[in-house]
Amino acid sequence: MNRKTLAFNCMKAAFIGIVLLLLYAPILLLAVYSFIGTDVIGTGGSFSLEHYAKLFTDEQVLTMIGNTVGLAFAAAALSTVLGTLGALGMYYSKRRVRAAMGAVSRIPIINAEIVTALSLAIMFVAFGLPKSYFTLLMGHMVICTPFVVLSVMPKLKQMDNSLYEAALDLGASPAAALFKVVLPQIIPGIISGFMLAITLSLDDYIVTVYTRPSGFDTISTYVFNATIRGNAHTAETLSSFWALTTIIFVIILLVVITANLAGRKQKKEVRA
Amino acid sequence: MTRLRFTRKSLGIPYAVFLLFFVILPMLVIVFYAFTDKQMHVSFGNFIQFFSDPTKLSTIVYSLVIALITTAVCLLIAYPVAYILARSKMKRKFVILLLFVTPMWINFVLRVNAIRELLNWMGLLGEANYFNTIFGMVYDFLPFMILPLYTTLLKIDESLFEASADLGAGGFTTFTRITLPLSMPGVASGITMVFLPSMTNYVVSDMLGNSKVTIIGKFIYEYFGTNWHMGSMVALILLVVVFLSTWLTGGFREDETVRGANL
Repeated sequence: MNRKTLAFNCMKAAFIGIVLLLLYAPILLLAVYSFIGTDVIGTGGSFSLEHYAKLFTDEQVLTMIGNTVGLAFAAAALSTVLGTLGALGMYYSKRRVRAAMGAVSRIPIINAEIVTALSLAIMFVAFGLPKSYFTLLMGHMVICTPFVVLSVMPKLKQMDNSLYEAALDLGASPAAALFKVVLPQIIPGIISGFMLAITLSLDDYIVTVYTRPSGFDTISTYVFNATIRGNAHTAETLSSFWALTTIIFVIILLVVITANLAGRKQKKEVRA
Repeated sequence: MTRLRFTRKSLGIPYAVFLLFFVILPMLVIVFYAFTDKQMHVSFGNFIQFFSDPTKLSTIVYSLVIALITTAVCLLIAYPVAYILARSKMKRKFVILLLFVTPMWINFVLRVNAIRELLNWMGLLGEANYFNTIFGMVYDFLPFMILPLYTTLLKIDESLFEASADLGAGGFTTFTRITLPLSMPGVASGITMVFLPSMTNYVVSDMLGNSKVTIIGKFIYEYFGTNWHMGSMVALILLVVVFLSTWLTGGFREDETVRGANL
């Protein structure tokens, strides 16, 4: 390698490094200050776990974390069942039906979230449906289910159709063939659809605001209101979010690393 | 056998009903409200009123400029990143790509809050509202630009670059004549995935712009409390824009990377 390409490679690495540094700067700042006993970033203080203590003792905060996680799992589970069945139905339907359902599925994906949220909210009110946990759950399913369909569909297309026919020939009932032959082949798509649904639901702010029952807070709505309105929220509450951000970041890092290691192990096993 | 086919097809019925009631019906409700007045008479007044209000129009222009700058900055940062990673011979380049996506999995509002704290620490919060808004949007939407660019750049056949070099083209010519044209689908889908939220996601502009920056999405929020008909009209206009841009960039095709769904 000559000197010019070496310099060029260093420049490339530096560029990637700087962008990554910028991307992680806010998170690292919060992570560092989550362990310092101060409510204002930039002011001094000594090592302290008070933000974490506050996070785990504040009842309101604990409720909203529970709400967020519970809603995400409920919405993701229902979306995964509905979306997997939907993908199966679409796959075995006529081309035209499949195309039509696929196109409608795309609407919540490409649409601005605020348009989806407003349309749902107006429809619920127009049809006299008071906002409840049900409307919230439906709202979340609207943004999650199409992504489940999107992750299951490719697995169905890669599937070997003759295996299903073979199972029937060997005397399996259609239901048994579906569960024992088709399902195992598309399970990776179902799992990634479920994971995607969880992250979409956990992340959501706009649809939640428009469909939630009054008094129901998720992390998104709680943090938004605490920072914007500022009313009745102490600096202590705001600084406990540093701890929350840090915990979530560490969990994500662990999940990413485990998934990566598991993926690598699987590949090695396939090769061996 | 006919009964069997029916059984398998019918698995999709719940999803079809769901789409009908929670995707199609709400859209129809929006269309209905957009073209009626408060007495529920058919009217084009909302449309005319929206486009004849000068303060609204100036906000729309501001919102479009913010979205354009955000998209341009995202593209300027994301293209080199995607290009370097896609053309790199490194074995672990997927891990580096993953590093760009990982922050996206932290709750959106918490992430914006982190930027808010950073800007506050730098003394910028409340001082440079437009800069802060654009900074936050670039930060949040950058992965949406990197992913489609990376996938399209990765798909370009290596032999095209060799052929170009063999035929005497320099690095710059190869880039403008081969790389750039072939990566246009990625550029287009990246642009639509960044431009739209920068026009509509008012969480960033509210939290970082000190509630002084209004974008089009915020109109809908304000109208939701006061005038559904106008709110539906704004939503409908956004819907039409989304449909046209998606259709023009071929986004309705089946195989596409959306929000890292294929990752």
